[in-house]
Amino acid sequence: MSQTQVSALVNTLDDYDSIIGSAEIAELRTLAARLRGRTVQMVNSTAIGGGVAEILNRMVPLMQELEIGVRWDVITGGEEFFAVTKAFHNALHGEGYHLPDESFKTVLANAEQNRARLHFDCDFTMIHDPQPAALIDARPKNGGHWTWRCHIDLSQPNQKVWNFLAPFVNRYDSAIFSSPAFSRRLPIPQYLFYPSIDPLSEKNRELDPEIVDQTLARFDIDANRPIVTQISRFDRLKDPVGVVRAYHIVKRYTDCQLVLAGGGASDDPEGDAVLAEVREAAGKDRDIHILDLPPSAATEINALQRASTIIVQKSLREGFGLTVTEGLWKKKPVVASAVGGIPSQVIHKHTGMLAHSIEGTAYQIRFLLSNPAIAQKLGENGHEHVREHFLITSDVRRHLTLFLHFLRPN
Amino acid sequence: MKATEPFQFATASYLVRIGNQVATNLVELEQGLANCSDASIFYHTFQSLGRHHFLTEGFSNDFAQWVLGSCNRPALAEQMASVDIRDYVSLAELRNDLRRVVGDYSHADAVTASQAAFEPFFFCETLEENVPLGREAWTLDEFHDALKDLAHGSLQFHFITSRLRLHLRTNDFSRWLARDLGLIELGRKVDQIDIYTATLDSARSTILHLVERELYQ
Repeated sequence: MSQTQVSALVNTLDDYDSIIGSAEIAELRTLAARLRGRTVQMVNSTAIGGGVAEILNRMVPLMQELEIGVRWDVITGGEEFFAVTKAFHNALHGEGYHLPDESFKTVLANAEQNRARLHFDCDFTMIHDPQPAALIDARPKNGGHWTWRCHIDLSQPNQKVWNFLAPFVNRYDSAIFSSPAFSRRLPIPQYLFYPSIDPLSEKNRELDPEIVDQTLARFDIDANRPIVTQISRFDRLKDPVGVVRAYHIVKRYTDCQLVLAGGGASDDPEGDAVLAEVREAAGKDRDIHILDLPPSAATEINALQRASTIIVQKSLREGFGLTVTEGLWKKKPVVASAVGGIPSQVIHKHTGMLAHSIEGTAYQIRFLLSNPAIAQKLGENGHEHVREHFLITSDVRRHLTLFLHFLRPN
Repeated sequence: MKATEPFQFATASYLVRIGNQVATNLVELEQGLANCSDASIFYHTFQSLGRHHFLTEGFSNDFAQWVLGSCNRPALAEQMASVDIRDYVSLAELRNDLRRVVGDYSHADAVTASQAAFEPFFFCETLEENVPLGREAWTLDEFHDALKDLAHGSLQFHFITSRLRLHLRTNDFSRWLARDLGLIELGRKVDQIDIYTATLDSARSTILHLVERELYQ
């Protein structure tokens, strides 16, 4: 069996008391008490790395603490399978699909192997993302409720790949999407579950101000002048060059600095090219700090976000945009593009500012730099918005509610 | 003083179901308002207010926010935001008024009404799972103590969404205070709290303050 062991360094529900309050935790326990003895199976394609594994690593122990019999299984597959599913992933995001038709057989063969390897005997089975979607064939007769949890944007999928996947998806009892904008017209009920961040993780926990100061000093960033930051992979869809251009407009009015921090240059062939484009756009401006950080730099990211005056996310296309969530959680005013899941988080003029162009982004940054009281209010509202909707504890509550809903007689 | 019936505290948890209806301009918004489910009207108005209770300046409902943020029509957004859910005892009435406001605007300016919004509006609906908390109050003292410890889900359930469930222009707290405890004036004052400008926490503080005045006067 391949039941996944979650990280030993996990928090208990009581650790969240200071963040969401004991009453909220008590309500979680009340809801969970109605599910005591029920079993849940989570299935995805990787135990480490990636947002889904990160969420499950936090959620599974919290559900176990709530005395729900949850287990987490990871499908196995060879290089060929994961090469195909990576191509699937990109194609479902709207890119082309260039693999031969035999690649579909690879997916089916993998599903067959995993069906033989895994047991499906839980009350609620949640299959995450396209890679294991074909496991629906393993559903026993009267085999509980099966839900397909899609973490990606399916609004404009490659039709060939979607035509292969849809017959599997349509056989689930329900599907879950991270934003209404990511969903499709399906014959099954679709629910909205926002992704979540863990406020106690290394990337989001409160930091000693000394760590923040040390981080700025390490990267030669001036703590005494405004810092505008975008945290993102060096990927054209995140439009880092557009951010540099917006900064150039702002710089005419305010003596600020720009931080572009993220990874992707080392393991993505295109990342190097994008990084080079960004450096060229930045020229010799010493107030533009381009930081190619490794995936392990969670503390540095946390510190940079906390040191920032404004957080920017000027993506041309975006998933849910958890970097926005992280910025909002840190009470930062956010200026972000109105794409993907961002409008769910940035309610224009309430929890941040939405923009639709380089000029618009620059204008909103200028406005907030000139109006710190408004910026502060947006940051405070954003923090509350995240506390209510985008924390791991809210995610747990949504899952409990879904399972309770399934138990309700028709 | 002991109530004739205890106040039974409950909480509600909500699932959001994504509908298949989308509006990309004001004309389609009006059509959507005509055709969407009652649960969808509920989600985008009553639920929206509860979900965004921490916004105390100018946020009213999802429709108004979309008209402002995505259609850039502040005058219409103001009209839609001014629709006060406290005035309604049925979703049909609320739906009709929202439709009328958008319809009047669209008929007066057909060109603007058919212009594409920056982002589409997705009609969703809410499914409620309510669960008794196993806590009850027979007296004002007990009510006070329980209210102090109530989570947002429960506050929202009793103070905001209950208005519709009761088909009355009141909320669970006010109804119990007046009907079961005979404190009509206190119930009225609790009902006067402006849910558009108060957060759930500030509303709770005000209720606690009113209850304490009643207890210790």
